[in-house]
Amino acid sequence: MMEDLKLVISPSPHIRDKDTTQNIMFSVLVSLLPVLVAAVYFFGLNALRLVVLSSAAAVATEAVFQKLRKKPITVWDGSALVTGMLLGLIVPPTLPSWMVVLGSVFAIAIGKQVFGGLGQNPFNPALVGRAFLTASFAVPMTAWTGPFDTVSAATPLALGAARTSLPDLFFGSVAGSLGETSALAILLGGIYLFYRGALDYRIPLGIFGSTIVISLLAGQNPVFHLLSGSLLFGAVFMATDMVTSPVTPIGRWIFGIGVGLIIMLIRLWGSYPEGVTFAILIMNAVTPLLNRWTRPRIYGQGVKASE
Amino acid sequence: MRVKTFFGGIHPKYEKETTAGSPIEILPAPETLVVSMDQHTGAPAAPVVAKGDTVKVGQVIGETSHGISAPIHSPVSGKVTAVEPRLHPCGSSRMAVVIENDGRDEWVERENHNDPVQLDRNTILQKIKDAGIVGMGGGGFPAAVKLSPPKNAVIDYLILNGSECEPYLTADHRVMVEYADDVILGAKLMAKVCGARKIIIAVEDNKPDAITALQERAGAIEIVPVATKYPQGGEKQLIKAVTGREVPSRGLPFQAGTIVHNVSTALAVTRAVRDGEPSIMRVVTVTGGVVNEPKNFLARIGTPFEYLFEAAGGFKEEPGKILVGGPMMGVTQISLDTPVVKTVTGLVALSKDDSSLPESIPCIKCARCVDVCPAYLMPLRLEAFGMNEMWDEAAEYGAMDCIECGCCSYICPSKRPLLQYIRLAKREIAAANRRKSS
Repeated sequence: MMEDLKLVISPSPHIRDKDTTQNIMFSVLVSLLPVLVAAVYFFGLNALRLVVLSSAAAVATEAVFQKLRKKPITVWDGSALVTGMLLGLIVPPTLPSWMVVLGSVFAIAIGKQVFGGLGQNPFNPALVGRAFLTASFAVPMTAWTGPFDTVSAATPLALGAARTSLPDLFFGSVAGSLGETSALAILLGGIYLFYRGALDYRIPLGIFGSTIVISLLAGQNPVFHLLSGSLLFGAVFMATDMVTSPVTPIGRWIFGIGVGLIIMLIRLWGSYPEGVTFAILIMNAVTPLLNRWTRPRIYGQGVKASE
Repeated sequence: MRVKTFFGGIHPKYEKETTAGSPIEILPAPETLVVSMDQHTGAPAAPVVAKGDTVKVGQVIGETSHGISAPIHSPVSGKVTAVEPRLHPCGSSRMAVVIENDGRDEWVERENHNDPVQLDRNTILQKIKDAGIVGMGGGGFPAAVKLSPPKNAVIDYLILNGSECEPYLTADHRVMVEYADDVILGAKLMAKVCGARKIIIAVEDNKPDAITALQERAGAIEIVPVATKYPQGGEKQLIKAVTGREVPSRGLPFQAGTIVHNVSTALAVTRAVRDGEPSIMRVVTVTGGVVNEPKNFLARIGTPFEYLFEAAGGFKEEPGKILVGGPMMGVTQISLDTPVVKTVTGLVALSKDDSSLPESIPCIKCARCVDVCPAYLMPLRLEAFGMNEMWDEAAEYGAMDCIECGCCSYICPSKRPLLQYIRLAKREIAAANRRKSS
């Protein structure tokens, strides 16, 4: 029985961890489910319409783009679906269907595929999509409605802390983008991702930390700032995007702190009421530099030989 | 108590249960043995016997070459039937002496010492050298060379490595349990040679029976449980875990005041100095999912792998890969005719399912490779430099500090061949350095 063995020859290591990139993407989708449920609860089937359209458009765009470039079609890795779902959850409930589709096409085509696809994009594709939509369709992208109705309403950030109920902010019963209103749902997803090992705690904690410090310095309510607008959703699901955030522990702290800092600068002194999208995109741009500046000290380097 | 450990590393499935509790079996020598002349780091030994010669157990059949090297001894008594290149665990052929075993086990004259610690330093060192003892943990560095650091070096610690962090392998574990006295004596002999002020034996805390066995006999020797984590047994990682010191980049352990030897090397030292037995046998773990009766064997050097697998009950099904060493750093084999050399810690036969090669997809910069790298490198960057043939950048990012433990490739969710590209970069950098210096 021992003759003629057909043995595989390969370099070490010969065992691999069972976690895969597809599994990580799938986990992100699972972590978005509480947010999706909250969105449908507060904003009705409109939420479902936008998320489904955005997701489908993202996957289709990726497939078409790869087909045109004669590359293998890799939509099964789940990354396009993640981008599509994320974009669908950060637009206002009344956005026309064609707009969210256009945003999703832009996110995948210009935000991701032109750079070479998965892992190559410098900016978070979903935020590229939102920035594109905000720049192109400023009015529909800021046309907020209150929960449970279609009457236009102001967001907590426009109203200010004094006219907003903090429990409403926490549970999500306020005007805002579909998936961004319920802090509870976002935290549930974030905790799941953290325990699943697919979320680095340093980035959200860095964002929270600098947000709290600056709101206190500015004499404003830090809890209000943490819970309102896109901050929590951005901190948990957008800033932690592995592809576009630093790979070193210190780099991640700086990245998070920087995002929080820019958010607060825009909120307090900028001409927009909200600045999460631009804060994260700006820090995405700094990520390669952060990686270079925060290289870990290599074992044994800078160590003197004992005599 | 918080066990000592290093930064980084991984927790693979250990798969040690099948053999960790089973006593070492003495494997009878086979009829034909193939004794390689290349069993250590450095220059291969030069054969000093010819076809037709008769040899005794322990007789020198390969002499030390120039520079770093070690002699080779006959593991059996019998007749030399060939001196020719034969398959070696590295995958290609190396000069070997083929011996037909006459079954009589006639020894050369052996010199015993009841109290070998009383011998003077140089005598012990000479005996270790003459016995052809090399790093039995798989490193294969001649022990006598490692025990002779430069004269001005101060050795604070002799660390015996009993961590055996590779999955599947339990040879060192069984040695510590069954030969605790000999391991302790070997440690004392080596400490005398290198002048170490303190002896530490580091054992992963998944081997409580080994820790107990050593502790009962330890005396002034400190038995230090270390965390069960791969690569705890990496020389630099173990030094960091146990002493908090770091070996300077591209330097040697003595520069951190330490010398590290494997526990099985300590056993070989005792055998050599006390019993006058050269390095002609070792404990080999024969295991893996497709092996019927996984076991630890005390086998003669030169025993073909096929003989070992048959002694372990053969295969349940056709194996996909045969490894020398564990699954993290082991080397795949092309044939079962290959013989045991001094550095074969174990033979692992993986099933065809476990041998399938993963398909890689693009890197998503998850940084798990950065988190696990015990040399604190950025494997994803090194891989990219390797792919793009950016050797200068790879050198700047510390490619030459890579210990090739494989944690990066293991943990990568995109199943990228990180270590392969780092190895490529290391080879190119080394070649460029040679060109520069010549």
